[in-house]
Amino acid sequence: MPHDHHDHDHAHAVLPPDPALRVRALETILTQKGLIDPAALDEIIDTYAHRVGPQEGARVVARAWADPAFREALLADADPVLDALGLTGRQGEHVTVVENTPVRHNVIVCTLCSCYPWTLLGIPPAWYKSDEYRARVVREPRKVLAEFGLSLPRDQAVRVHDSTAEMRYLVLPMRPEGTDGWGEDDLARLVTRDSMVGTGLPRAAHEVPAP
Amino acid sequence: MTRLHDMGGRFGDGPVPVDPHDAPVFKQAPVFKQDWHARALAVTLAAGALGQWNLDGSRHARERLSPRDYMRFSYYEKWIAALADLLVQKGIVTRDELAAGQAGDPAPQALRARRLDAAAVAPALRRGGPTNRPVPAQPRFGPGDRVRLRRARHADIPGGHTRLPGYAGGHAATVLRCHGGHVFPDSNAHGLGEAPQPLYTVALRAADLWLAPEHPDDEVTLDAFEPYLEPLE
Repeated sequence: MPHDHHDHDHAHAVLPPDPALRVRALETILTQKGLIDPAALDEIIDTYAHRVGPQEGARVVARAWADPAFREALLADADPVLDALGLTGRQGEHVTVVENTPVRHNVIVCTLCSCYPWTLLGIPPAWYKSDEYRARVVREPRKVLAEFGLSLPRDQAVRVHDSTAEMRYLVLPMRPEGTDGWGEDDLARLVTRDSMVGTGLPRAAHEVPAP
Repeated sequence: MTRLHDMGGRFGDGPVPVDPHDAPVFKQAPVFKQDWHARALAVTLAAGALGQWNLDGSRHARERLSPRDYMRFSYYEKWIAALADLLVQKGIVTRDELAAGQAGDPAPQALRARRLDAAAVAPALRRGGPTNRPVPAQPRFGPGDRVRLRRARHADIPGGHTRLPGYAGGHAATVLRCHGGHVFPDSNAHGLGEAPQPLYTVALRAADLWLAPEHPDDEVTLDAFEPYLEPLE
């Protein structure tokens, strides 16, 4: 039987204590060795700092609210739908969209690490990666959601999705009241990041300037 | 026995730390709170692109940090430590180089040829690393089937990688959906091949999992590979 024999071989211990210096050491060594292109690092950082983020997921949610056929296809098999929009890729290769209803509220977590749909929501916020969220939301979701200011009615069951494989999850929240006839761009302004993770709800129609 | 990262359901953690500046709206808080967070992410992705390990292996490298390090390191510190460990383990960087913060020798030409160049970043991120694979046999279970999640033999390798959370082991569940074949992390993390297995979303009742469930109708779902499941009579 193969053994996991690296438990006592922690090479990282020789790096400097300051994390910024640890990263710089790795970057310097790998660049000198010809294994990293510094311009590629800038490109990766610019992608996640400025280009990919929850505005992508919000577009998808708004379209699902506005277009019943799109919503149906998205819920049945999200991958081809998202791929056609250019929204699959690293940490978003496979996606399942789960729909909130008056009788079910969905919440996403990754208890084992911090899996998150990067292509739709960008890099996860610090709280999503925290021990507190990972440990508690599977066991006491209602208490955790209350800390986010979200109190669910007792007739709405909670389904917590633990992302344990390369399947990423996106919550399709319920469309806010009073938005009949709104176009996709206006609907997208109601969609918050947390509403797509399940720790929040979309904004109410009166919270954004009327279209 | 499992490792410290397997923390779902554990007791003792306080309120979820939500930074008031990290509002749930777009573009209000910077994505990276420190410049070195961004560098850590970018170096990790660029080094991963060299193809010397897979995603499951890098995940396991973070899990394998000693419990003391796992607890005291912040998120991106775990990434850096795991990356340093992997680079040494794979013979790409030496301990002396890590200690000096400088490279001794250039990498072999074959490895340098795999360097991720700036122009290749966008297509590489767009492509990602899909894990769906054909599987030889029909999936054993279908939607609605009752199953039990594997209990004691938590991972196939002592201390090895698995994506079955400890809190779910031994519990009954209902199959909601089959996602077809996917790379099996329990094998792939250890360089033992992709060994694709059918992947299912299964639902567990909170009332079965927890001594004091918040609500009788609440559920937890997780994505379980077929070897994690046995039929429930």
